[in-house]
Amino acid sequence: MNATKSSTLAVMLLAATGAFADEFTAADEQRWMQEFMTVQQEGRKLWTSPELGTNGVACAQCHPNAANTHPETYPKFQKQLGKVVALWEMVNWCLRNPLQGKPLAADDPKMTALLSYATYERRGVKLEPGKH
Amino acid sequence: MQRRRFLQGTGLLAAGQILPISLVELAFAEAGQNFAFAYISDSHIQHIKGSQFVRNWDRGLIRAVAETNLLSPKPDFIVFGGDLAQLGSKEELDHGAEMLSALKGKVHHVMGEHDYYLDLGEYWSRLFGPHYYSFDHKGVHFVVLNSILTDDDWIYRRWPTPQQRMAEMAGLDNPNGSPFMVGEKQRQWLKDDLAKLDRTTPLVVFSHSPLQKIYKGWNFWTEDAEEVQNLLKDFRKVTVLYGHVHQIQYNRIGAISFNSVMATAWPWPYPTAYAQAGEVHLPKLTVPMNRADPFFERDATGWQFIDMASGNVDLHYTLYENRSRVVRFNPQTGQPEDSVYQTESARMAPQNHY
Repeated sequence: MNATKSSTLAVMLLAATGAFADEFTAADEQRWMQEFMTVQQEGRKLWTSPELGTNGVACAQCHPNAANTHPETYPKFQKQLGKVVALWEMVNWCLRNPLQGKPLAADDPKMTALLSYATYERRGVKLEPGKH
Repeated sequence: MQRRRFLQGTGLLAAGQILPISLVELAFAEAGQNFAFAYISDSHIQHIKGSQFVRNWDRGLIRAVAETNLLSPKPDFIVFGGDLAQLGSKEELDHGAEMLSALKGKVHHVMGEHDYYLDLGEYWSRLFGPHYYSFDHKGVHFVVLNSILTDDDWIYRRWPTPQQRMAEMAGLDNPNGSPFMVGEKQRQWLKDDLAKLDRTTPLVVFSHSPLQKIYKGWNFWTEDAEEVQNLLKDFRKVTVLYGHVHQIQYNRIGAISFNSVMATAWPWPYPTAYAQAGEVHLPKLTVPMNRADPFFERDATGWQFIDMASGNVDLHYTLYENRSRVVRFNPQTGQPEDSVYQTESARMAPQNHY
């Protein structure tokens, strides 16, 4: 009994060192990145689309390459809204106002795509939540 | 020296808001010769359907027109710096022209890419005249260039419909766009036009795109900028005024002063605010304008008037949610400089862009 237990332990320890652990494969990583890139490219299409709102205005008209959206500063206090908000709430503000459209649910795939695009354009910039 | 006063009234249409009235003094070197003109640009009037247009952009132009009419003494003329329309349609150009018709005074028009790429400027020309031309006013020679042309392949062969051509060029950050250029034919015209002039004649050139290379990714760019600059560089007093960029920029290259003008429609970020931009040549003299507050829809938009006190340009920016700014030609340094925020220590915190 004792011998069996200790050999099981040895196998577990061996696994914990990584020699036999399930590494993420290159194929996994490639697939996950592919999934992300598909969504962020969908986001770029929505970002430049005159169809997202009701008046033909597109996000990219004021935010070429999603510039001046500074996703790295959210969540932050937005004095005009009187509370700390996440970026999706600001996106909805823009959808309602300059685009004269309807807001999207936080987990709407279109919202995920828009956020993916804006964040991807800002890659490499350090996180500074709360910054103004 | 004689001093005259410009009364600049604002906010006529913004009922319920505080009406900021400010006095702007203009110093004139010699009375009689000197004058001011107003500059409105980049209104991007956008048709929705039927008689509906995007309200926000309409308000920007209506306000600029109303305020320009309040200038006293009246400006000698008004320049509209291009991009009157968003997608170049007859509806947009007609609606824009109707709003501009309220201006009291002669308007000189500059062609923008949003006016051009649907029908290659045909309807625009019927409303406003030739695509490029020059005129003289009180001893200053003014040249209007159409700087938003591009190569023939892109214009005539790349796109299946004029609508798609227009839509592709309308996206500022669209990689399917094409670099702007003045082109050989117009450069030859410019050369001939300038040949008649004495090199001491003050020269002011209006173009829609900057006649310098700032950031190609957003077409803050004119492909043959150096060739055009070469034609201008021997003049003693020469200024290039351009729209397109929807932000304050000013600098000097050799003897040429460059000033951008504001948009009435919406502001653009500086290209340096785009993390993936790569190479950006933002004019290094520029003190950036404040970052726009999206909750105030006229923030970081505006219009300007320009006085030609000494043959060089002093540019007065009327900014709606911010203090107005003046970029003056400094004869000591020989370059345009912000009258208040030029030095690093004089800047305000929100002027950081990130």
